[in-house]
Amino acid sequence: MKTASRIFLVLVFIFLYAPLAVMILISFNGGDSTTVMDGVSLHWYQEMLRDGATLQALKNTVLLSVSSAVVSTLLGTLAALGIHRMRAKHLRSAVMTVTNIPMMNPDIVTGISMMLLFVFTGTLLHLDTYLSFWTLLIAHITFCLPYVILSILPKLKQMDRNLPEAAMDLGCTPMQSFLKVELPFIMPGIVTGLIMAFTLSFDDFIISNFTSGSGFETLTIHIFAMTKKSVKPDIYALSTLIFFVVLVLLLVYNFASGSDERSKQREKAARKRFTLRLREERGEL
Amino acid sequence: MKRSLAQRSVIAPHVVWSVLFIIAPLLFMLFYAFTGPDGSFTFENVSRLFTGNYVLIFVNSLCLALIATVICLIIAYPLAYVFTKLTPKWQKICMLLLMIPLWMNFLITTYSWMTILEDTGIINTILGKIGLSVHMINTPGAVVVGMVFCYLPYMVLPIYSVMSGIDHKLIEASQDLGASSRQVLTKVVLPLSVPGVISGITMVFVPQVSTFYISQKLGGGTFQLIGDTIESYFTGVSVNYHFGAALSLILMVLIIISMGVMNHFADPEDVTGRPML
Repeated sequence: MKTASRIFLVLVFIFLYAPLAVMILISFNGGDSTTVMDGVSLHWYQEMLRDGATLQALKNTVLLSVSSAVVSTLLGTLAALGIHRMRAKHLRSAVMTVTNIPMMNPDIVTGISMMLLFVFTGTLLHLDTYLSFWTLLIAHITFCLPYVILSILPKLKQMDRNLPEAAMDLGCTPMQSFLKVELPFIMPGIVTGLIMAFTLSFDDFIISNFTSGSGFETLTIHIFAMTKKSVKPDIYALSTLIFFVVLVLLLVYNFASGSDERSKQREKAARKRFTLRLREERGEL
Repeated sequence: MKRSLAQRSVIAPHVVWSVLFIIAPLLFMLFYAFTGPDGSFTFENVSRLFTGNYVLIFVNSLCLALIATVICLIIAYPLAYVFTKLTPKWQKICMLLLMIPLWMNFLITTYSWMTILEDTGIINTILGKIGLSVHMINTPGAVVVGMVFCYLPYMVLPIYSVMSGIDHKLIEASQDLGASSRQVLTKVVLPLSVPGVISGITMVFVPQVSTFYISQKLGGGTFQLIGDTIESYFTGVSVNYHFGAALSLILMVLIIISMGVMNHFADPEDVTGRPML
């Protein structure tokens, strides 16, 4: 039984890693076929670095995913705070349902519905080009939002409601209580949301495909355009490079992920400090 | 009073954003689906869906996605079960190994599958050494392989997280009461892991129904799926926003219906807190 399950495990991982192995192998191809290896060389890496369009697409993608991650995290944090404080149950569930639409809807429907909005407003305002960096940014913020909100809400639920109140009892203004008590507590959720939004935006193709104009090409759109022509191993070189960057980031993130445990300890320490100060004040009174 | 005003205004940007960029686009889709190029109201786009081979395209997409989802489930369920039997350290490593392929863009991995499955590709080169050859590319099977590859981890993750959350005392209790290991699986683990299976199916089925690139590359355009058809009406040569919007609308409705049916049949008791579109 044990050996059978091990064989099964290995087979599944072979299946999951076969395309990645092919990608890495072919990226070092000396020839220009994507199927037959013809010697080993770094030729395609040089070619890729010389290709201005690819580098521009990479820059565009980083710009887009950083800005959409930052904006959607800001918007999502406010939204999560607002949703958490909503008392009316049906109103709350209505807001949640609308929030989840971009997550539940197929990407293609989200993409084309946004495209139609932009096309319609564009023609209404008599704009020549209605799809640009800005439409892409709006679309990315929109589909990242639910993921950000859903990673912050559980943190808010975990928090003891008495904590911010205790802070205000001790003389904090609501703003101070938010900045000094609530925000540090939900920080891990905010960071998770930020990272998630960045990766979703970086990796998105389907929604970008419908909402980007000709002037602003992201990496995935560039790759898509490349695969329409005859493919040379240079996109494999590019992807291999991205793969190793991602791998390093993932490993770093995983080694540093004692953070949940740490946040629990921090909460305990904070609570202790508050009760101590409360006693102190009472003693003084 | 001052605080309640602040509380209310904190949700305002999100509400405005949702109305402008979530609800309005869907209304525009509705608007385009029921108007002609001249802007007048018409049912023509929707009725055209029932002519030609559009019904067949929808049926094809649903069937293919269903097959791919079932295969994902067949692989993912035992895989998640095997995961929970590993030591914590190995569980973490296996989860990481499962996540890494997700970070590669599906455009690239799909292209790699082409390299593997082609008639002159890697599998056939190896088979050729022993005098065999199998035609795989441009068949529905190749598309299913591509889909299963892209979405398998999304099926494993929720099932694994539910399974690893099962209270071990329940399993011990059933064993104390004389359950065999098969009975433990069928009477304890299986019923308790149903919520994970359902969210896995949701996460896998929806993108599979609406996929477009995978079918173009691995199916070679021999048969069209709904995603390809929609895309062709928005970015292809025969642009028709109105008909494309009608197709997307029907796709959305179909997905809502299938999700509703699944949630209804799956577990009538546990309907709490499941976000339904």
